[in-house]
Amino acid sequence: MYKLTEVTKVYRGRGTQRVTALAGVSLTIGDGEWLAVQGPTGHGKTTLLQLLGGLDRPTSGSVEFNGRDLAGLREGEIAAVRARSFGFVFQTFNLIPTLSAAENVEAALVPLGLPAARRRERARAAVAGVGLRDRLDHLPSELSGGQQQRVAIARALAKEPSVLLADEPTGNLDEDTRDEIISLLQGLWAERGLTLVLVTHDSQVARRAQRIAVLRQGLLKISAEPPGEPQSPPGGSAAPVRT
Amino acid sequence: MFLTYLRRELRRRARQAVVIALGLALGVGLVVTVTAASAGVQSAQSQVLHSLYGVGTDITVTQSPAPGSGGFGGFRFGLRHPGSQPAAGSRVSVNRLSTGTYAPVAAADVAAIARLPAVAGASGALLLSDIRLSFTVPGGGGGPGGQGSFRPPVTFSIAGVGLAGDLGPLPSGTITSGRTLARADAKADVAVVDSGYAAQNKISVGSAIAVGSASGRTTRFTVIGIVREPSGSATDVFIPLARAQALAGLAGKVNMIYVAAGSASGIGRVRREISSLLPKATVTTAASLASQVTGSLASAASLASSLGRWLAAAVLAAAFALACLLTVAAVARRVREFGTLKALGWRSRRIVGQVMGEALVLGLTGGAAGAALGYGGAALIRLLAPPLTATLGQASGSAAPGGARFLPGGHSGGPPGGARGPGGPLRGLATAPTVTVHMTAPVTLTVLAAAIALAVAGGLIAGGFGGWRAARLRPAAALAKVG
Repeated sequence: MYKLTEVTKVYRGRGTQRVTALAGVSLTIGDGEWLAVQGPTGHGKTTLLQLLGGLDRPTSGSVEFNGRDLAGLREGEIAAVRARSFGFVFQTFNLIPTLSAAENVEAALVPLGLPAARRRERARAAVAGVGLRDRLDHLPSELSGGQQQRVAIARALAKEPSVLLADEPTGNLDEDTRDEIISLLQGLWAERGLTLVLVTHDSQVARRAQRIAVLRQGLLKISAEPPGEPQSPPGGSAAPVRT
Repeated sequence: MFLTYLRRELRRRARQAVVIALGLALGVGLVVTVTAASAGVQSAQSQVLHSLYGVGTDITVTQSPAPGSGGFGGFRFGLRHPGSQPAAGSRVSVNRLSTGTYAPVAAADVAAIARLPAVAGASGALLLSDIRLSFTVPGGGGGPGGQGSFRPPVTFSIAGVGLAGDLGPLPSGTITSGRTLARADAKADVAVVDSGYAAQNKISVGSAIAVGSASGRTTRFTVIGIVREPSGSATDVFIPLARAQALAGLAGKVNMIYVAAGSASGIGRVRREISSLLPKATVTTAASLASQVTGSLASAASLASSLGRWLAAAVLAAAFALACLLTVAAVARRVREFGTLKALGWRSRRIVGQVMGEALVLGLTGGAAGAALGYGGAALIRLLAPPLTATLGQASGSAAPGGARFLPGGHSGGPPGGARGPGGPLRGLATAPTVTVHMTAPVTLTVLAAAIALAVAGGLIAGGFGGWRAARLRPAAALAKVG
């Protein structure tokens, strides 16, 4: 599904300052794989996720998704790929504050061009699917952190993407809620066979994945299979280990 | 989703939205008010000029007399027996018509002007002054009457008017009693009298008035109508042109030509064509006459056109700038939100459309409020503005319609209705006429629609700035912003 080849991302600071977030990263992610990306804060994890989601372009190298270099796509093409294939879950939830839970999910379905009634129906079903049937019309300010993240997950999955990109989805949650969310993600990954790339600094969360990639100073290292039983989705296979 | 998102977002930043809409409303309201005031002033000016010109007249054509021809038409006494002297103590009464300061021109010139391409119509008139002088011939020994006695001359203005078309001073008035002159009256000794003059001289329909002639003989005219002329009109009595020409000994002559242009934009061309046709004539337009108007009307016109317009433009520009700044600021605060929408697959143009939609709603709201404010402002002007006065200055060679005020005994117009005595004393060149008009401030649907369109444009400009900023957002950078 994904093939990253010598990807480098350099940010320009003030004057001549340069920050290298990724330095020659090469990585392959297979269909249906769950990859956890670990590393200290500021070492390129979010940058990697943004490149995988087409939210940014690498300074050099290529990010291929199903054989297409995301960096070479025009704005309309990359927006279409995001609309249909990528679901995002952010650490800060990033819900639209003026829209209700159901409407936030509906916002993700707008680019698909569905009729309004069908869009609304799918959105409400997605929110109900994460256990928030009685919170459909609540604004984000009326939901707890865990509930907001559930809505964000529903929003990411309502479009039935092939890839779910989660950036520290439990970073702002307490321990109990963290487990709840990770279990929800795990369940959905297993149920839908989607490719899950989860950025986390939490080792306990990372250990649940099939593979762990560690980013330090922009350099990627794939660790071995996590201890314990392999977490393969039903009918899927573990992705090859490459560095 | 579009409307829901729009509505909720405007509600979220309601205070800011109100400020933007209010700013636009103030700017637009001021534009509407100033436009209404300008229109009111123009209407007042037209009213002043029409009261002098007559409705429908754009240009007047006159001709100054040749040097040495006599400013008052060579006023002479016509004695019954030339060469003989009236006996001492006998009473002499002379009733003469004079053309005053306008030289007669051929009536054929009226037809020539009417045939010009840009002319809609032309009409000629003969403006005269009737001067009645009576005195007792002095002479003989001392004692009463021996020294003679001289009564002040009685004057009134006469206009011999054409009976076809609706140009000239008579059609501007309103018949309040009887009827106006008709084509059938062309050779009749009938007259229509100004209501102010009639009231002061106790004239009514059916009365007889004495009109002089070039020879001094008197002709009795029957009054068939009373007309209320617009304020500023200087004609006391209207008679058929042919009769005025015959009595003044000026057959086939007029001394004032009223011209209507085919369109307002064609007035300049008509003026040039007439000047080319009649090189010696003085061609006067409303614009050239308006430049001579002084008084509070002129001050109001100056205020509306200069200070008013600049103020309205400045406030509107400030409102636009405020709307732009606040919209851009609102977009800046929603950077992460827009980044998220892009991550969800929203294209830039959809996000820009959302921002423009919000700005459009604010523009419409501001426009509607501004139109209401402007309408209220105009209503206040109508309610509170004092009456305005306009005094027409006298420029060399310029023709003030009515003309009689430039003739001996001519009336000055004065307050509405005219301050006419029962035949005024000989005044020589009269003072410039002063007209009083009440300020209006009309607000038309076109102005209101234009005002709303202006506010919408302001909203769209602001939305354009904000949308441009939103479109330039890179999703990654936007998501990196701390909310």
